[in-house]
Amino acid sequence: MRIKCPYCGERPVEEFTYLGDASKKRPSSLDDASMDEWFDYVYIRDNVKGRMHEYWHHGGGCRSWLVVDRDTQSHEIFGVTTAREYARKGKI
Amino acid sequence: MRYSIFSLARNALSGHKHWQPAWRQPDPKPEYDIVIVGGGGHGLATAYYLAKEHGLKNIAVLEKSWLGSGNIGRNTTIIRSNYMLPGNNPFYEWSMKLWEGLEQDFNFNAMVSQRGVLNLFHSDPQRDGFARRGNAMRIDGVDAELIDREDVRAMYPFFDFDNARFPIKGGLLQRRGGTVRHDAVAWGYARGADTRGVDIIQNCAVTGIRIENGKVVGVDTTRGAIKCKKLGLAAAGNSSEVAGMAGMKLPIESHVLQAFVSEGLKPYIDGVVTFGAGHFYVSQSDKGGLVFGGDLDGYNSYARRGNLPAMEHVIEGGVAMIPALSRVKVLRSWGGIMDMSMDGSPIIDKTNIEGLYLNCGWCYGGFKATPASGWCFAWTIAKDEAHKLNSAYRLDRFRRGMMIDEKGQGAQPNLH
Repeated sequence: MRIKCPYCGERPVEEFTYLGDASKKRPSSLDDASMDEWFDYVYIRDNVKGRMHEYWHHGGGCRSWLVVDRDTQSHEIFGVTTAREYARKGKI
Repeated sequence: MRYSIFSLARNALSGHKHWQPAWRQPDPKPEYDIVIVGGGGHGLATAYYLAKEHGLKNIAVLEKSWLGSGNIGRNTTIIRSNYMLPGNNPFYEWSMKLWEGLEQDFNFNAMVSQRGVLNLFHSDPQRDGFARRGNAMRIDGVDAELIDREDVRAMYPFFDFDNARFPIKGGLLQRRGGTVRHDAVAWGYARGADTRGVDIIQNCAVTGIRIENGKVVGVDTTRGAIKCKKLGLAAAGNSSEVAGMAGMKLPIESHVLQAFVSEGLKPYIDGVVTFGAGHFYVSQSDKGGLVFGGDLDGYNSYARRGNLPAMEHVIEGGVAMIPALSRVKVLRSWGGIMDMSMDGSPIIDKTNIEGLYLNCGWCYGGFKATPASGWCFAWTIAKDEAHKLNSAYRLDRFRRGMMIDEKGQGAQPNLH
């Protein structure tokens, strides 16, 4: 697998660290009433079979957080953007 | 037919022409009392113990591919019960006890070989950690010996004891640990279940779960609808997908783990050894190949194949422990899909849906657990409640804060 970093170009996967599903939203409230949302955020996964948006950290390069559109069945990568851009646009 | 020295002699005298298939190939019936989804080790063991221990009939195991085509046929065949936490170790020790009597129990040669599992340590703090784990094991009645580097040297003189970064200081040895012929486990349980009347239906993928008024009433499959009163899911890496058919979301991520076999060598490593400064474990098969593995690739995957960096990482660990490995050729590598849970421990439980039971989250430790997993899951299905041994493996433990996290990594499945 090679990931095309927006800053560094196409780089081998061992330069990157994986975090996981980028579609999950961190709850903003610390209220007791939001515990279900927190439980869902921390422990429950969609575990997508197919194309998934996921966080990767380019620790062996520019150290940017990236969002990668990747197929979990074929490992094919369809697109990469920075986490900042992804948060702004909501898409890759 | 019961396998014995007499059946072997009888068949030898008749030119081995009269051996019967070890199990039937039945068509699915329209209705069963209990349906198990997943014809791998855990699913087949569950069906076997449901029939044998609980006397239940009218059971089917549905397998989407051929029997034992998943992780039971892809693992590195190690058995051990060297866990530390209270919710874990009695369960794994029960599994070890079942392994010890398994071949007589299901009348099949599974080549259970208690050749010893040795975990190496490389520093004083790691020695302390291993001593603590060994003591925890002994409290649960499990054998554990802390041995020093000269003891290790007597067993494996060719290890790199004076490695500049990771000198070998000793190891924690469980002599009762070892290896088992993995496919034979699936075959033995399948044959044992089949002779007790369980229908094992291969090439039959479940496509939907039918629920009426909060109760399971059946499944849709590629071979038609099948009604059932109770449904047990044991789908390993595909657990999220199958549970999703019942509207459930699980605390599971699917990850790929690679394993490797070298070219055949003369007898070289007679036990199972793990490297303590990286993640590498190795044993030698009876055919002579070194069987070894290490870490997950680290990203979500359903692909059953990994990438080269993980392979390089595994082999670096191996060569740091055994320099001579650098001269050995790797013959094959493959991948399996692990259902990684959020605390590294499994789930054997009922669900909120009546008649629906869940067995998943085995991470990459499922093989050694096969007998106890089947035994406990069968109990849970038959009695509609968890046995004491799987009472900590509840699905709601994450919400209650009762995680069983041996490695202390938190909800980051690729690190367990």
